[in-house]
Amino acid sequence: MVAPGHNSESVTQKISSIVLERPIMLGWLGGFTVAFGLLMMLNIAIGWLLIKGVGVWGINIPVAWGFAIVNFVWWIGIGHAGTFISAILLLLHQDWRTSINRFAESMTLFAVACAGMFPLLHLGRPWVFYWLLPYPDTMGLWPQWRSPLVWDVFAVGTYLTVSLIFWYVGMVPDLATMRDRAIRRPVQLVYGIIALGWRGSARHWKRFHAAYLLLAGLATPLVLSVHSVVSLDFAVAMVPGWHSTIFPPYFVAGAIFSGFAMVLTLAVPIRKFYGLQDFITIRHLENCAKIMLATGLMVAHGYITEGFMSWYSDDKFDIYMTLNRIFGPYAPAYWLLILCNVIVPQAIWFKKIRTNPAILFVIALLVNVGMWTERFVIVVTSLHRDFLPSAWGIYDATQWDWMTLLGSFGLFLSLLFLFLRVLPAISIAEMRTLIREQKEASK
Amino acid sequence: MSAKLEITEPGHWRSLQELAGSKELEDVVHREFQIGASEWKDPVSRRKFLKLMGASMALAGVSACTRQAAERIVPYVRQPEELIPGKPLFFASALTLAGYARGVLVETHEGRPTKIEGNPEHPASLGASDIFMQAEILVLYDPDRSQAILNNGQISTWESFLGYLTGRTQNWKTDRGAGLRLLTRHETSPTFVDQMQHLMSKYPAAKWHEYEPVATGDPIYHFDKAEVIFSIGGDFLSWGPASLKYQRDFAAWRRATDRPGSMNRLYVVESTPSITGAMADHRLALSPDRIARLVREIQTRLESNEIASSVQQAKFISALVADLQQHTGKSLVIAGEHEAPAIQEFARWCNELLRNVNQTVEYSAPTAMRGGLAELVNDINAGGVKALLIIGGNPVYDAPVDLEFGKTLDKVPISIHMGLYANETAEHCQWHIPEAHALESWSDACAFDGTATIMQPVIEPLFAGKSRHQLLAALLEDAASDSYDLVRAYWQTQLPAPDFEKLWRKSLYGGVVVNWREPIKGSSFGGTQTLPLGAEISGLYLLIRADPHIGDGMFSNNAWLQELPKPLTKLVWDNAALISPATAERLQLASEDLVLLKYRGRSVQAPVWVLPGQADDCVTVHLGYGRARAGNVGSGVGFNVNALRTSDALWGGPGLQIEKTGQRHTLVTTQHHYMMEDRHLVRAGTVAEFEKNPASITRTDEPPPAKADTLYGNYRYKDRAWGMAIDLNTCIGCNACTIACQAENNIPVVGKEQVAAGREMHWIRVDRYFIGGVQDPKVFHQPVPCMHCENAPCELVCPVGATVHSEEGLNQMVYNRCIGTRFCSNNCPYKVRRFNFLEYDANRFESPISLKLMRNPDVTVRSRGVMEKCTYCVQRINAVKIEAEKANRAIRDGEITPACAQACPAEAIIFGDINDPNSRVAKLRASPLNYALLQELNTRPRTTYLAKLRNPNPEVEKA
Repeated sequence: MVAPGHNSESVTQKISSIVLERPIMLGWLGGFTVAFGLLMMLNIAIGWLLIKGVGVWGINIPVAWGFAIVNFVWWIGIGHAGTFISAILLLLHQDWRTSINRFAESMTLFAVACAGMFPLLHLGRPWVFYWLLPYPDTMGLWPQWRSPLVWDVFAVGTYLTVSLIFWYVGMVPDLATMRDRAIRRPVQLVYGIIALGWRGSARHWKRFHAAYLLLAGLATPLVLSVHSVVSLDFAVAMVPGWHSTIFPPYFVAGAIFSGFAMVLTLAVPIRKFYGLQDFITIRHLENCAKIMLATGLMVAHGYITEGFMSWYSDDKFDIYMTLNRIFGPYAPAYWLLILCNVIVPQAIWFKKIRTNPAILFVIALLVNVGMWTERFVIVVTSLHRDFLPSAWGIYDATQWDWMTLLGSFGLFLSLLFLFLRVLPAISIAEMRTLIREQKEASK
Repeated sequence: MSAKLEITEPGHWRSLQELAGSKELEDVVHREFQIGASEWKDPVSRRKFLKLMGASMALAGVSACTRQAAERIVPYVRQPEELIPGKPLFFASALTLAGYARGVLVETHEGRPTKIEGNPEHPASLGASDIFMQAEILVLYDPDRSQAILNNGQISTWESFLGYLTGRTQNWKTDRGAGLRLLTRHETSPTFVDQMQHLMSKYPAAKWHEYEPVATGDPIYHFDKAEVIFSIGGDFLSWGPASLKYQRDFAAWRRATDRPGSMNRLYVVESTPSITGAMADHRLALSPDRIARLVREIQTRLESNEIASSVQQAKFISALVADLQQHTGKSLVIAGEHEAPAIQEFARWCNELLRNVNQTVEYSAPTAMRGGLAELVNDINAGGVKALLIIGGNPVYDAPVDLEFGKTLDKVPISIHMGLYANETAEHCQWHIPEAHALESWSDACAFDGTATIMQPVIEPLFAGKSRHQLLAALLEDAASDSYDLVRAYWQTQLPAPDFEKLWRKSLYGGVVVNWREPIKGSSFGGTQTLPLGAEISGLYLLIRADPHIGDGMFSNNAWLQELPKPLTKLVWDNAALISPATAERLQLASEDLVLLKYRGRSVQAPVWVLPGQADDCVTVHLGYGRARAGNVGSGVGFNVNALRTSDALWGGPGLQIEKTGQRHTLVTTQHHYMMEDRHLVRAGTVAEFEKNPASITRTDEPPPAKADTLYGNYRYKDRAWGMAIDLNTCIGCNACTIACQAENNIPVVGKEQVAAGREMHWIRVDRYFIGGVQDPKVFHQPVPCMHCENAPCELVCPVGATVHSEEGLNQMVYNRCIGTRFCSNNCPYKVRRFNFLEYDANRFESPISLKLMRNPDVTVRSRGVMEKCTYCVQRINAVKIEAEKANRAIRDGEITPACAQACPAEAIIFGDINDPNSRVAKLRASPLNYALLQELNTRPRTTYLAKLRNPNPEVEKA
């Protein structure tokens, strides 16, 4: 799990030096500039959106939800891998998770931040978003609890809060390490404040482990619940293509699928550029790929079940919806998702492929594309032809839709670049534990 | 400020209001600092100060928005002691279409007309209205209407025009008016005709010409007596001075719930699909030459009973002829105004033969005394015209192209144009006088049957317009120069003197002049020869028709009508060259291909639209588009068909050539898909099927679940439960409901681009489906408002409770609470919800200030980001509820009428309380024809439909 020859000191040195000693490299600067540029584009897109209204997007009647919801579901799905790795694998004693959990958790946070932005922006009147919250309104108004959108607010809100606390609590010992290793006074001060006075006493460690495990226990059901609730945004509706009981598990599998794809998309370049091959080994990549394959097969099963159910239901609207997905105006999107989500991941069956970081990177990218397309297919093709043929329409994304999507990459990557720059990307404390355990095991 | 402050009668701020309508004042309104204000330090500022004070007073009048109607007009219903703010008043008047009056009731709020309804006591309206009547309110407030007298393009005044005219009248008096010509549209106004007669006697050498680009010289039909109707290209349901009456009479026969066994039968032969054709029990789509041959066969058959075996449509012909012969005196043969004279004559011959004349049809002789347009052009070219007054109309745009009216007009030494708009014709005239709108001045007009209506103004002229009567009075040097005096003076000669005041008031009150009718001269018939058997034409036919919504161009600048999906094509904001699918395939054309239409040496570029049901080898184009000076809304929209229209082929003819250009032109339609995809959305059957098994028409594959199968429990209605039934038998797809709803509910126009993006805002739309082959499909219309579902899918998914169920079962939309998630629309299987994607009230169609006066004050104007939809006109429901509660009585059935139902000429929309078993709507819901759209979804709609029955001849179509 860790390349041989490392001890506690070398691990600490290696990881903390990325933040504390390594100068700002041209590559980082270039990458950050691009990401920041995209972020500024997002600002423009959001600014125009707030000035003019959601009409700047391509949405219409019947397709009243477009890129915003597609992006929301996609980003929130990506957010799942972090918690899955941190919480579920921790509880299952999968030690290999150690080296990737920190940046997977960060990825989760940033992805949820991107995701959380979209439902607010997509509102016709975003300035009154707080009406979704149960607060003591002077007129006695309350959210409408039968609507899955209200459940969504709580699911995503809870997820963001728990992920944030989990991520932060897990980082406290490392922040103390950073504080202790920092040379310059201001840096020491900043890390000192956010390290919350961690001194590494046995009592600290005892309480830390208890709190961390508890949080892991709290986060675990969220992995399943968040995307289940998100899927109910669709499943509760009566639109053919949405109204399906398979949605919660199918969405959760898809979320973990896309989440691990994103972990791989990030892990492969990071381990290369920061020379972390010793900590993020091929075995890590392989394990991620295996999870991706497993969840990918669940997703494929979901596609087959959906098709089967629409035939078996003998419901003319459902049958038409399925045929329309496969052969209708958005058929290219459907076939792209089949290619990316079902066909391409089958390559992972081969050991040669799943141990090749470059190929894994490409596969992971394609899965990311595929999962975005899947959400596009679910949202748009279901809506654009529903019950009354007279009301059928077509949805074309505008430049503002694309700018918002690309801009959300900018937000995500900017946060990621900053994270790599200022926080330890791999959990130092856990790596040290791991090395000690490895040594003990080898004795 | 050049306006004068004069007070004509104590207590009446008449001049202030006129001042308020002036152009200068508009400027003042828009300007933060008035013109005078910047010159405050001017030494001679006392006068300016007074002027400023005047302007401020006028401004105060404007800001209060109370345009008080003149005191002499008489409210129609609910006449209060005095005007109560918040309570509308209704005034009876009339609007004209092609010169003929249709009675209206104008709803005014605090002196602002906001809505037009039909006048139930007027024979051409019967309480119904059509799209033109409804949209006229938008014309009234159209900011593009001409606002100033123009002399060679420079702003002038009425006084200087009168001064100019005085010089001319002196000359005319000496030369008896030689070279003086007047050109009007078709005129039925008794006062105007009387003034013209005076003018002609004063200047005997003057001459009156009349030009109506889309004239309707149709006879009067009595559909209430016609059991079998054969129409040859006659689109009597969609367009014409009497179309509202025809629709009502026709619909009465089709109302299957009353008497399914005695439905009338309609045979239609036409070249281009019309809404009349869509109502036909048997329809043939044939090119004009094939129609001529068919008609010839029918004639032979009627004369000699010989069976024409060679003809394709032998079955159709023999069934039709037998049907006609069995119904002598109760049948009716109609030839559309576009058909060849021989066919017109054939129709008359048939009606004479079948003894229908004066039973189901009345022929009248055309009024003499007026010359035509061609005659005028000849005289101008011969140099015989010295002065031309064009009153109304736009001949430079809509005259046949071979007359080159624009160029000809330039040759006339004195040209004066009066019209609502400074249009193409005004551009060619030396003087342009803005005409007062029909709702702004006194006038009168006759209906198709000669009934006269005195048109009373409901608002002072917004843009300082003058009436036609005032112009003629100026020519006549009449002492009375006020329209009111002129109209009243005329009627004083017509109505018996002792009772005049009483009759005058009664006539105004009721909207119909009591005991008076323009006599209609009967016309004799000379018999017909055998129809010339036309040769078979091999090329393409050009068919020129009036646009179903824009007409001949008089409504070009009306954004409501531009954005209203046209019947059958559902196109908006454009005209197109309509061709049949087979012809499109043969010519390798697709919809939106831009082609060059070449006809008799002239050509015009037009986009193609492939329309099922169009006759092969026929290309239909519509007038009214391609205007250069229509206004901000209508200029540059579509292509100008007048460029192909010549005086010898007003409705087109054979010899059209089509050339591809390789370019494309985006056409926007609101309904992309015309098939029903085997979904039982419009349930239909035949009368025979219905009589055999009434339940068979509405049978369903899958019944909805039981009412008790619900998680959340059912609503209980102690009191009232509103519901609506829409009779697909009588709905003719005329779109009146859509426009009436738009007017009532302040629905914005969004423009071509937004409609293309799928964002039209109509709360009630008329869906059309084609069934059968693309060559000759059956057409079904289905108006779709909100269904007000009992299990409303929208209510369930709104996270903030912005759409809720009322205690009377209305599905209500709370705009203030809506945050715009649009989940409700996604979950609405009927897709009747409309979303304000942008701030539509600020777009170029809605933002002009004058349009704000038009808004219905009882309905919120929605802002950006909120959802909206049909409310069943909840403002009308509540108004009646309040009145009923005040009087401590129950609401009577029919007392509440939503705007769509009120407008519907066919009375296809019935609204009422479904909890009351005696209400009309409850009875309709009990009919075996009643069904709910998408009932298998268990939404349990409050709006239900009555399945459509057709009455085909069993000889032609086996049940």
